[in-house]
Amino acid sequence: MRIIGLFKPNLNKFILVFAILSFSSAILFANEPVKNADSEHADANVGVQDSTAVEAENSATSHEKAKEEKFNPSELILEHIADSHDWHLWGHTSLPLPIILYTPKGLEVFSSSHFHHGEQAYTTANYTYKIEENKIVVLNAENEIDEAATKTIIDISITKNVCSLLISVTLLLFIFLSVAKAYKNTVGKAPKGFQSMIEPIILFVRDDVAKPNLGKKYAKFMPFLLTIFFFIWINNMMGLIPFFPGGANVSGNIAFTMVLALVTFIVITVNGGKVYWSHIFAPHVPWWLYPLLVPVEIFGMFTKPIALMIRLFANITAGHILVLSLISLIFIFKSAVIATVAVPFTVFISVIELLVAFLQAYIFTMLAALFIGMAVEEPHAEDHH
Amino acid sequence: MELVTPSIGLVFWTTIAFLILIFVLGKFAWKPIMQALAEREQSIEDALSSAEKAKEELTRLNNESEQLLKVARSERDTILKEAKQLRDNMVADAKGIAQTEANKMIAKAKVEIDNQKVAALAEVKSQVANLSIEIAEKVLRNQLADKAKQEALVADLLKEVKLS
Repeated sequence: MRIIGLFKPNLNKFILVFAILSFSSAILFANEPVKNADSEHADANVGVQDSTAVEAENSATSHEKAKEEKFNPSELILEHIADSHDWHLWGHTSLPLPIILYTPKGLEVFSSSHFHHGEQAYTTANYTYKIEENKIVVLNAENEIDEAATKTIIDISITKNVCSLLISVTLLLFIFLSVAKAYKNTVGKAPKGFQSMIEPIILFVRDDVAKPNLGKKYAKFMPFLLTIFFFIWINNMMGLIPFFPGGANVSGNIAFTMVLALVTFIVITVNGGKVYWSHIFAPHVPWWLYPLLVPVEIFGMFTKPIALMIRLFANITAGHILVLSLISLIFIFKSAVIATVAVPFTVFISVIELLVAFLQAYIFTMLAALFIGMAVEEPHAEDHH
Repeated sequence: MELVTPSIGLVFWTTIAFLILIFVLGKFAWKPIMQALAEREQSIEDALSSAEKAKEELTRLNNESEQLLKVARSERDTILKEAKQLRDNMVADAKGIAQTEANKMIAKAKVEIDNQKVAALAEVKSQVANLSIEIAEKVLRNQLADKAKQEALVADLLKEVKLS
């Protein structure tokens, strides 16, 4: 299996090094690479279009057919922010990703290259599959979509987002295990190198996020808060890198934010103390208001994590849409002159997105800490209400 | 709409990724890091408080040594004063003793001289007496034959004797 081979250690190392390089350069020299990156973005995404708008620009005469095709920015943008079964690299080159399907007839694993970018169907021993609007569907003997069979298969493929997610996880493990090792090596000494870059952020999460919201009980929730903070942050940052190891819209995907919100909801509910539950089921109001207030409070239990979910999803997706829209302007007007306005503006937005990447990770962690703080509140504090 | 419909695959993988992260990082990264940070903060706090303590101790020691110095200085002054007095007294005593001793010696010497003088005079007198007797004897022997001469001799001798 060619695709599985991609995830063997030596190649993984290469991916890791490449990811670190682009990650750090994106942070340190925010302006320059973003500028380059944006133009690549444009190239890349236009290339994804079935035929190419770029080629229409470059060699209009030789591609009469391409010229006729209209550039559709909303399709391009939606394609970028959605998930896909292969990872577009440049031009017509894509990285095929493994398809994993859990079907009633057993687990199916094959490469997405069999679909030829969704143009062809692929028949295994059990079913015939085809990609229809980014979703894997089952075809029946008449080459029509078999809705009933499609519903029975569960698609747990390594999609572009999953792949990016795994790269982020590898990066996080690599970074923090080495930082933890550095702490072991420099006991009683000042922090050094990468450790001293990470330490202020950890202290920030501890002193400005956890301690003010959780009080004395902060230590118990530190692993959760730190994990959620760095997990969101690194995925936000990876999403800002416009080429291969980044560029996926992981933290702007509702599934990703849903899982994080769900985990937060579980942490809040499991750690909810007497005060928390009495706030919901026995609020300090006259008894006849209970029928009104108790449902509102129960509703509130769910709106908090849902708000977390939607906030992160919307912010990151909006950032991606904004950058792509600005770049699309060049192709909508079919004029390089527009680039002199669109590119600097994209650079500006991208720099803001760097801030947003941090800010959204911070806000998510902050609110999670706040909600957990409300859940673990001690009874004596209640009297002051 | 596809954008707001979570796909099962990504939910599944995100859950796995998050669980791996929270388990592995929680155990092998956050725990040692938080512990190391807490330990470092504790050691810094300890160092600061011990520095404060040392400073206090130093001030206390300084005060003490100053006090000691002051006492020592006054003690030295009294000792010096006493020593001076003692020296003066000793000198005065020594002078007195020497004076009396000298006086005593002078007096003794005077007595001795007197004694010696008396003894010498006595001896001279006895010598003169003896000499006189011898002369008288010689004269007597020489002159006794001639009465006139004896008388002249006696007269001469007597003249000579008058000298002493």
